[in-house]
Amino acid sequence: MSYITKSPWIIHYDGSSCNGCDIEVLACLTPLYDLERFGIVNTGNPKHADVFIITGGINELNRPIVKNTYEQMPDPKVVVAVGICATSGGVFRDCYNILGGVDKVIPVDVYVPDARPDPSPSLTASSRPWVFSKRNGQRWQRKGGEIIND
Amino acid sequence: MGNRIVVPFGPPQHPVLPEPIHLDLVLEDERVVEAVPTIGYVHRGLEKLVEKRDFQDYVFIAERICGICSFTHSVTYCNAIEHIMGIEVPPRAQFIRTIWMEYSRMHSHLLWLGLAADAMGFENLFMNAWRLREEILDDMEATTGGRVIQGSCKVGGIRRDIGDEKLGEMVDHLKKIRPLLEESNRIFTHDQTVRHRMRGGLGTLTKEEAWDLGAVGPTARGSGCDMDVRSSGYSAYGGTRVQTGHPPPHGGLSGSLPRPLGRGARSSRPRRTCGGKDARRPCRRKGEGQSGWRVLCLLRTAPPWRVHALHKGQRQEEHRPPPVRTPTLTNIPPLVKMLAGIDLADVPVVVLTIDPCIGCAER
Repeated sequence: MSYITKSPWIIHYDGSSCNGCDIEVLACLTPLYDLERFGIVNTGNPKHADVFIITGGINELNRPIVKNTYEQMPDPKVVVAVGICATSGGVFRDCYNILGGVDKVIPVDVYVPDARPDPSPSLTASSRPWVFSKRNGQRWQRKGGEIIND
Repeated sequence: MGNRIVVPFGPPQHPVLPEPIHLDLVLEDERVVEAVPTIGYVHRGLEKLVEKRDFQDYVFIAERICGICSFTHSVTYCNAIEHIMGIEVPPRAQFIRTIWMEYSRMHSHLLWLGLAADAMGFENLFMNAWRLREEILDDMEATTGGRVIQGSCKVGGIRRDIGDEKLGEMVDHLKKIRPLLEESNRIFTHDQTVRHRMRGGLGTLTKEEAWDLGAVGPTARGSGCDMDVRSSGYSAYGGTRVQTGHPPPHGGLSGSLPRPLGRGARSSRPRRTCGGKDARRPCRRKGEGQSGWRVLCLLRTAPPWRVHALHKGQRQEEHRPPPVRTPTLTNIPPLVKMLAGIDLADVPVVVLTIDPCIGCAER
C-alpha cells in the first residue's frame, strides 16, 4: 500500500438504517479490525473528512442533511454507501418513508451491498476507496504516488 | 443571568451521536434551561410494512427494527404470533432463543458502555469495551451466522440448532471473558476520570420522576424502580432467576452514573443462563442478568388483539400494523427532564446514559 500518501478521514452518517451497519462501521475502527492503524480517523466534522460513509436509505427528513454534509466536505471526496439499504433501500424500499438509496441524493462512489456488512469489505472499501471508485479516472489521479484532484 | 439562546445539538449529524437525533437546547449562559427533542430522521415506517409482508417474512423485518437488539425484536414478534396462533415452541428452541437473547444483551451493553465512554472522551475505554464485544459477537457469528442481524428466529421455533459441543465451548469462552469484563467494570466504577466526569449528581432522575415520565429499563432501574421484563418469565426466562435492581452506587457517586454502572456490573456476570447443561435440560437454572429492557416495551405494547387482526383471515389490505413501542422512545421524556439544569458540556454524556437507540425509537 505504498501508493497511499494520505490517510483519508471518514465521516459517518446514519441515514435511516437499522443500526446494524452503523455499529459495523464503528466496529471497523475498534481493535479487532482497527482501521485506525492506517491513520483513518472517524471525524465528526465534514470539513475534515475525505470519505463520507452513509448507512441506511434516504427519507424526506434526512435528504437535505445528507446533501448538506456532502457539500460541506472539501474535494476530493468519496461517498461510500454501506449496506443494501444505502445502496437501494433494501428491505425498507417499500416503506412509505423511504425514497431509496443514497444515490438518489448524492453521487455514490462505492457500494458495499449486504444486509449486515461484515466489517471486512467495509474496511477495504473505506481504506482504499479510490481503488474502487467508479469515478476514479475523472476525479482522482495518482501521480508519483501522490493523490491529487484533477 | 444572560439572555436565552437556542443551540442546536446534533443538526442532526453530531460527532458524539452515532445516530441522528436533534435537540434544541435553550441556554442561559452555559446552563441548559430546556431541551426540545426532534425525532424522525431515521423513520422508515416499518409498522406499516406489515401490510405488504407475510407474517413469516415480517420476522426478518421485525429483526431490522434495530440492528443492535435485533434478535430480541424477532423473538418478540414471534412470541406474539405464537401466542395468537396457539403454537407451542419446543423447550430447546425456547432455551436457545434465550441464549441468543442474552448474548445480544451482552453485546448491546458493551456497545453502549463503549459509546458512553466515548462520550466522556475516554477513548481507551471505548476501544476496550468494543474489543470485549467482539468476543461475544464471535460466538454469535459461530452459532447464527450473523454478527448483528442473525435471522435465526422463526415462528414456532428457531432456524438453527446449537450443538452440545459448541454449547460447551461457549461456556468455556464465557468463563474466559468474565475476568476481562470485571476489569472493565472496575474502570467504570473506580477510575478517577469517569468519576470526575459524572460528578455532582449529573443528570439525576428521582424514582418518582422516573415512574411518572415513563422511564423503562436501566434508566428506570438507575433511579431505583424495580423493573425487569424478564422476570415475567417469557421464553425460557421462566426457569431462570433474574436479578433486578441495581447495585448500590459507589460512595460519592450519584446522578446518572448508576445507569451505566448497573448495566456494567450485571454484564460482568458470566451468563450461566447460556450454559450447555442448562440448554440441554430445561430445569431450574442459575441465570442472572439485568436488562431485557428492549423487550419490555415490545412485549408490553404489541397487544395481541392488534396482531390478532393479521390472522383472522382478513384480506391483506385490512392488516393492521403492530404497534411497537421501544425503550428509547419512552426514555426521551426522562432525558429531557435530566437535561434541564445541566451544563452544555455535560449534555453528550447525559444523552448517552439512556442508551439512545434512535433506530428502535423511530423504526
